Amino acid sequence: MPLLEVKNLHARVTGADKDILRGVHLTVNAGEVHAIMGPNGSGKSTFANVLAGRPDYAVTDGNIVFDGKELVGTPPEDRALSGMFLAFQYPAEIPGVRPWQFLKAALDARAQFEGRPKLSVREFSKLYEETVKDIGINPDLMQRSLNEGFSGGEKKRNEVLQLKVLKPKLAVMDETDSGLDVDALKAVSAGINSMRSTDRSFIIVTHYQRILEYVTPDRVHILVAGRIVQSGGADLAHQVERTGYEKFIKTEATV
Amino acid sequence: MTLANPKGTLPGLGYAADFKDLQSLSNGADASWIAQIRERAWTKFAELGFPTARRGNERWKYTNLAPLAKVDFRLARPDVSHAPDLLKIKALAPWDDAWTTLVFLDGRFVKRLSRPSGADCVALDLAAGLRARRDIAEQHLTRVQAVDEDHFTLLNTAFAEDGALIHIPDGASPAPIHLLFLSSDSETPQTCHPRALVVAGKNSHSNIIESFVSLSDQSQNFTNIVSEYYLDEGAKVSHHRVLMENERSFHIGNTRVYQLRDSTFDSVAFATGQAIGRNDVHVKLDAEGAECNLAGLYMTNNKQHADNNISVTHEKPRGTSHQYFKGILAGQSHAVFSGIVVVKPGAAKTYADQKDLNLLLSRGAEIDTKPSLEILADDVKCFHGATAGHVDQDTIYYMRSRGLDLETAKSMLIRGFASEVAAKVKLPALSRYIEGVIDQLLPEFALEGKK
Repeated sequence: MPLLEVKNLHARVTGADKDILRGVHLTVNAGEVHAIMGPNGSGKSTFANVLAGRPDYAVTDGNIVFDGKELVGTPPEDRALSGMFLAFQYPAEIPGVRPWQFLKAALDARAQFEGRPKLSVREFSKLYEETVKDIGINPDLMQRSLNEGFSGGEKKRNEVLQLKVLKPKLAVMDETDSGLDVDALKAVSAGINSMRSTDRSFIIVTHYQRILEYVTPDRVHILVAGRIVQSGGADLAHQVERTGYEKFIKTEATV
Repeated sequence: MTLANPKGTLPGLGYAADFKDLQSLSNGADASWIAQIRERAWTKFAELGFPTARRGNERWKYTNLAPLAKVDFRLARPDVSHAPDLLKIKALAPWDDAWTTLVFLDGRFVKRLSRPSGADCVALDLAAGLRARRDIAEQHLTRVQAVDEDHFTLLNTAFAEDGALIHIPDGASPAPIHLLFLSSDSETPQTCHPRALVVAGKNSHSNIIESFVSLSDQSQNFTNIVSEYYLDEGAKVSHHRVLMENERSFHIGNTRVYQLRDSTFDSVAFATGQAIGRNDVHVKLDAEGAECNLAGLYMTNNKQHADNNISVTHEKPRGTSHQYFKGILAGQSHAVFSGIVVVKPGAAKTYADQKDLNLLLSRGAEIDTKPSLEILADDVKCFHGATAGHVDQDTIYYMRSRGLDLETAKSMLIRGFASEVAAKVKLPALSRYIEGVIDQLLPEFALEGKK
């Protein structure tokens, strides 16, 4: 059974009169890394957010089956609790909430959902501090409010920190590489690679092939105008890098 | 009964009757200088009445006092032998056995419940204070604030019988001093007019807490307090104000601060609950290098009304002032922030900033926020800003995408917003108390919008 099966997914901004996603099909098996590439406006971020259950998108047709359960119509927290994680392109800033408080609350919610005991503050601190060090986040930063005054790179590292602590079954990385310098890109990629395992899958949503130099995908899909127009192996990303999206946009026009 | 007046709403007849009684009762017992001050204040107030919210009256533009003016509050004559026991007080009010605490019931000192100070400072009820340290009282009482400026200060001066006199000697750093004002569960509307005078000596360090707590949800009380702070050179006062009176109550608090060279006045004010709760803070930085940091958090719900009226006047060079206020508004509540920084000619190298940030949780809530600057000097750095916004849906989505349900996410967001002010409270027992109150209020606030 695949971990994620998306069938004929149509979605739009709630209240809009046109679909952004116009029939996406995608199957992700446990342990696989898929890349979704596409030009600006192709619906990549919409796809990531519809998977996560963003409330202001409406699914107009199709199915999202995750770990055997239909997700369409379920709230974002339920999806998170059943093992879905979205690394945000623009993570929110939350004044007065420390990064660890937020993460502890998320972890506690998960434990409660799974009927496991919560980690004690001591256990959590240990896990947290080790992971912060691992990813190379400046610990001083973690004394501030979540994401407030963080640089783009620091925000993305903090997303990877959450990923590593929450250990989801499926991580959707929405443009995680955008706005990163080489060092941050390497750190973020190393974080992703360290989490690859046979029972965890990734969907990496990206405009550029850059991050795929560090995180080698099993499958690459080209999304154009709300549909996947071509799928292939890691090579396909290199092809995009050479030729751009022009050729795929033409393909889409003939579909 | 009230009469229309072009200047304001005249006080009900009860006020006049009570004043007459007070003067006849205290005749002879009171020092004549106080009786004279009283008489003058009453005559002026009786003429002015309560301020009216109208155009041109900037200080009361957004706060309608008609609900206060129309109740004929009578001067409280509490029987302090009926004061509640300590257990009940500890359950309702901030408390720490290590603090010096003066407990007041409807403005009247309750010796039995109070904990005296050590020998390193004077913290007495006003009557004892006047006997023991008349020198301080005469020197400072009404010095900070000219008697005839403000309606409610006049009213307070006319009726003030009790309160506190605190003197921190030069260089002293005594245990925190708590002035706890309890409003009784009287069946008829009652008013009291406590007066506090705090004189902080050179290079002294002190913590002062003023807290206001109702013993019942049902009583209707009007507390009209004037607190005067006088900071000598190098003095540092950490001031805390906790306003918790009930939803039927009216509270007018006038805090007047007068600062000398290199002194620091830090203040955190927390308010929730009153029909009208007014926090007037007026600071005069009257010598070089003085600094004041004023912070406030107001959380209003239902039909509550919270009003912060703040002014800081930089009279001399190299002063620093910060104003950092936050509001969390739910229901049909209304809050007001008007803050002004005045930089007088010659107050060069002044640094001043003002911020008022508001989180509106319902469509019916309303904030009027007006930070302003009046700069009459060159070479100064002054900033101000105000915001009012609803809960950010992108932020809520972000939190939910980590597995937090809607209520938990909202609570956490509100909690975080509040904690940026609450975290400024450094006294552990007080900090725990305020955090506890916020936690109690949170569920109701977080549910807002789902109603």
